[in-house]
Amino acid sequence: MFGSGVLKGLGVTLKEFVATYVDDVKKIPSRYAGGKEELDQTAASAQNGIFTVQYPEERRKLSERFRYIPMLVYDAETGEDRCTACGICAKVCPPQCIWIVRAKDEKGKPITQPAEFYIDTTICMNCGLCAEFCPFDAIKMNNDYEIAAFERMPHLVFDLKELRVPTTYYARIKPTDWTAEEAARAAKEAEKAAKPERPAAKLETGSLKLEPGSAPAAPVVAVLAAGAQRTPEEVERLKAEAAARRAAKAAEGGEASASNPAAAAPVAEAAPAAAKRTPEEIEQLKAEAAARRAAKASGEAPAAALAPAPVPEAASAPVAEVASTEPAAPETSQAVPAAAAKRTPEEIERLKAEAAARRAAKAGQGSGQ
Amino acid sequence: MTDATTQTGLPFNDVIPGAVLETTKNGLVVAAEKLPELARYLRDQQGYDYLSMVTSVDWPQYFEVVYYLYRVGSFCLDTARGRHGDTETDLAASPRPRVPASPEALVLKVRLADKAAPSVPSLISIWPGADLQEREVYDMMGIRFDGHPNLRRILLWDGFEGWPLRKDYRESYYEEDTKPFKSRHPEGQHLWVEDRVPWKDNITYPIAWDPDLFTQPTVQYRRIMEVDKAGNGDDADLKTERILLNLGPQHPSTHGVFRMVLALEGENVVGLEPEIGYLHRCHEKIGERNTYIMNMPFTDRLDYITSMSNNLGYALAVEKLMGLQVPERADYIRVIMAELTRVISHLIAVGFLFNDLGAYFTPALYGLRERELILDLFEAASGSRMMCNYMRFGGVMADLPAGWVERARDLVGNRLPKIMEDFENLLGGNEIFLGRARGVGVLTAAEAVAYSMAGPMLRASGVPYDLRRAAPYSIYDRFEFDVCTRPEGDVWARFRVRMDEIYQSIRILKQALDGIPEGPIMPPGKKQYQMKVPAGEAYGRIEGPKGELGFFVVSDGKANPYRYHVRAPTFINLTSLEKMSIGHKLADAVVILGAIDIVLGEVDR
Repeated sequence: MFGSGVLKGLGVTLKEFVATYVDDVKKIPSRYAGGKEELDQTAASAQNGIFTVQYPEERRKLSERFRYIPMLVYDAETGEDRCTACGICAKVCPPQCIWIVRAKDEKGKPITQPAEFYIDTTICMNCGLCAEFCPFDAIKMNNDYEIAAFERMPHLVFDLKELRVPTTYYARIKPTDWTAEEAARAAKEAEKAAKPERPAAKLETGSLKLEPGSAPAAPVVAVLAAGAQRTPEEVERLKAEAAARRAAKAAEGGEASASNPAAAAPVAEAAPAAAKRTPEEIEQLKAEAAARRAAKASGEAPAAALAPAPVPEAASAPVAEVASTEPAAPETSQAVPAAAAKRTPEEIERLKAEAAARRAAKAGQGSGQ
Repeated sequence: MTDATTQTGLPFNDVIPGAVLETTKNGLVVAAEKLPELARYLRDQQGYDYLSMVTSVDWPQYFEVVYYLYRVGSFCLDTARGRHGDTETDLAASPRPRVPASPEALVLKVRLADKAAPSVPSLISIWPGADLQEREVYDMMGIRFDGHPNLRRILLWDGFEGWPLRKDYRESYYEEDTKPFKSRHPEGQHLWVEDRVPWKDNITYPIAWDPDLFTQPTVQYRRIMEVDKAGNGDDADLKTERILLNLGPQHPSTHGVFRMVLALEGENVVGLEPEIGYLHRCHEKIGERNTYIMNMPFTDRLDYITSMSNNLGYALAVEKLMGLQVPERADYIRVIMAELTRVISHLIAVGFLFNDLGAYFTPALYGLRERELILDLFEAASGSRMMCNYMRFGGVMADLPAGWVERARDLVGNRLPKIMEDFENLLGGNEIFLGRARGVGVLTAAEAVAYSMAGPMLRASGVPYDLRRAAPYSIYDRFEFDVCTRPEGDVWARFRVRMDEIYQSIRILKQALDGIPEGPIMPPGKKQYQMKVPAGEAYGRIEGPKGELGFFVVSDGKANPYRYHVRAPTFINLTSLEKMSIGHKLADAVVILGAIDIVLGEVDR
């Protein structure tokens, strides 16, 4: 009969229409009445009716692996970062949205700690490669997807303060991964304990003395362990070479290194041949960087008060470059963000402190449990 | 090939002397001026009836245009006459040897030493499917195709200066040739991209080209606006005037930012030209800047409906280069993911086809609803619903979580068959649909092959060519399934083939979910973020839901691919849009487009 196909189709829609209400009636009081926090994912064959989730009153229960923006895990007990600033995440990041500044001790030697760590969430493509290849289980994917903000600057460039979460938070959102990793770690440590501590012994016999104050000496240990057969002179020479290479590289990086005035000064002197910038340019960049830092420092106090645990001199998102050729004087911090925004530096700092507090509160929920 | 080898040792040179200059590991080097002759011979006498891919590589000494030919076996089916624009193709010229389909490719390469003005004869008269691909090569590398009737930019706009896929091209905000960029670590002070590079936006326009004076050129549509030979138009009794109609790029029926320029005579389509590139994101250029692993999440963004399949295609291509063996369990997981993706893609294709027909959103939402359940599974396994980034070279990112297989089995065994029954009742017999779809947009088997159609488009024209069967990859050779074909070649057949393929996917899924073994998911060894990829080139192709999805990867042994090209099935399927639409009404053109099932993320890349 002509038209029977259409009627059959209408029968299907009618069935669906009725099923919607039947499903709702079955769940009395309706799921819309109280507003359940999280909707469970039930078996596919048991799902009927409307699939719509009434966000934000309701939310789907996320899978454990659900990933969004990366986060940096620190030890909840000691407050130490797991991150060693090795830079693998920055190297594997497809859109290159991770920026890391490695910390240095008083003598200017790099140590295994990030001084600054930025993730530009406006660029991040949520692929999870950073977390996948992190050898220290330090960077993990957060499942907090509610990071919407009104402005890119400064809300969406996450710095160390905003990225850090305690291990307790990580354990709460990804229990399976956490348990597996802890088991692996325990097994590794047990293995290590079983073996005699050979690298440490070598360190004793070596003539190189470690200064007690010089923070984590991991890189030095690594050098020694690898080059156990080398003479102290050789080690010194290799270290000097490495330093020269780094200096040359830093000079190449120009702008980036200049933002760290302490490092930039010796670099500019050490490798003048490699630098493509004129001294004037470098001076100007340095002045700009100093101004940026001054602006940061002026607003640091409230942020530091709110930050959880010992945050290593958390750095804020940089403000845009000063367009004028005139170097900005370090004491006039207001001149800096001229190009960046209509906001005053104080305002930006306040907003950032608020954001950090929000994240801290969220992360704190984890440590509380 | 050996049967045509002469005493000089070079194949085909006894028939066309001087055509093949050299045989290399990766194909035959052909003299540019002999290319059309050789191509015609290969098509007519050797059975290489299918031009799968045209692309180019910028080597330091020369440009290399690469052609991948396959035997699809269409001459075992029937012959037909094809028309493409002004170019008549003689598909039914002479009786041909009946060569069956075979999985091996014949790769032709033309080396163009003149880097200043490279040009090569167009193959459009032999394979009309070369049309859009040759334009793409011209657009990206500036290689001219002599004899191409409509050689102009395709993905980029007319005001674009330069040939972006040449190695010396530097894009806006250029930082370094390859990632990882040095500015990120260990002195990685964050800077906005706008402030980061001294190049700034780096925009240049062609000489004597003023953006303020730019108007859409009308000359480019002259071809379709011309009065055709049949005498419609001026000589007809009824005085009519042709209308040029822009459909899209902001139009609900164009599946994204796609524009078609139609020449209309009343309601009838007399000419059509696809205009694409609105969503061009420099996928291939980015791919050459990236390291190998970095490209994996970018492939998710090609056809964003089928990210798992895209992952698989790219992983296969690179694994071919690296010679990696995939563990059994990982292979099963890959097949399961790829087939779930096919179900998603076909449900959406069918649903949105009805959207185009005016059955507004009921079928589409029914399809999307099932998709949600499959995406739940993807999220549980990979961590993301759409941008899965799940496959790795040699395996998959992570093992399936506990209970996943049971959930999938419940979905595949208990829900999908029921839903398919609903779909059949809802859509299959609908008389309005049958009236609108039958006999619309017909493409014969020979035409479909000549136009390099792939996937459901090809099979709906009666060509039983499915890579899962014709050139099995991964572990597809161990599953039982049928290759679905329909002889009609119209919109209805395409709908039918997609529906049937969902049943076959369910069949494969059931077998795979039952047969999945325990075991490792990655080859032994530490996870590498920078792998050693030996120099060479590989073309990995899979039967994606929308057709033959190919990844052409050239490695020079460094950390980044030297050349990275995607054979996007829907992009090439668009070549036949004009052919299918001419003679039909405007409203039918929308349906014909819907039946191709384009996704602009993949078309524009």
